[in-house]
Amino acid sequence: MLLKLELQSNPEALCLVRATVERAAEVMHFQDAEARAIVRSVDEALANVMRHAYGGRPGLPIEMSCNKLPAREEKSAQGGIEILLADKGLPVKPATLKSRPLDEIRPGGLGLHFIRESMDEVEFSRKKGKNLLRMVKYLSPTPQAASSEGE
Amino acid sequence: MQIVARLATGGTILDITGDIDLAHSPAMRKALLQEIKEKKTPKVFLNLEKVRYIDSSGIASLVEGLKASRDQGSRLILYGLSKTVREVMELSRLQKIFEIHDSEAQALAS
Repeated sequence: MLLKLELQSNPEALCLVRATVERAAEVMHFQDAEARAIVRSVDEALANVMRHAYGGRPGLPIEMSCNKLPAREEKSAQGGIEILLADKGLPVKPATLKSRPLDEIRPGGLGLHFIRESMDEVEFSRKKGKNLLRMVKYLSPTPQAASSEGE
Repeated sequence: MQIVARLATGGTILDITGDIDLAHSPAMRKALLQEIKEKKTPKVFLNLEKVRYIDSSGIASLVEGLKASRDQGSRLILYGLSKTVREVMELSRLQKIFEIHDSEAQALAS
């Protein structure tokens, strides 16, 4: 495990989590744009928990852990990062989760779209009274690795 | 996050400093709507040069401001977007909906 955080549903904590995740992504050698995508996804996912699962109530528990994924041929030769979030809020029904159509110019409904566009894998589930979210981002092949693959 | 209002040619500049996230987007929304709906400022310039991060709640506040300005017949003009903010605008596919300029000089001249 790379990192484990026990948070409360306080929006003021989001900036601290963003800084921590950004550093973790840097340490794992994600490129800048990928690191920003990971930070954005974690921030939006936590904001969704605070707003929707906990209905804006502060002080409620959220667990977050980050794992370093080993390099595997079938998914990513470079490995990646797995981020797991767990909360005890209202059940999230994965079937009802959808982003709003982007051609509608109206506030709201963008958070999930950002997460899905930014991460390689996004899975919602509910176990033992907890909402669980698993997000994965794989490291992109370095230019050197990509060129040697093509040879 | 800090918001400072200053007068400019034909309107008001709101200088935003910090992150526009779930904790702070309500303050920006309030300042923006106050300027557009209550003060009926004809041009509201949003200076985002010192904004390091914006989330979907911040984007939602900007969309609300844009709608309010269209209702009032006024203009909401954004400038100084960082790479991070630009990326989020592109992900939202809103970069062509908003009036966006690179610098304050270009925004004021528009």
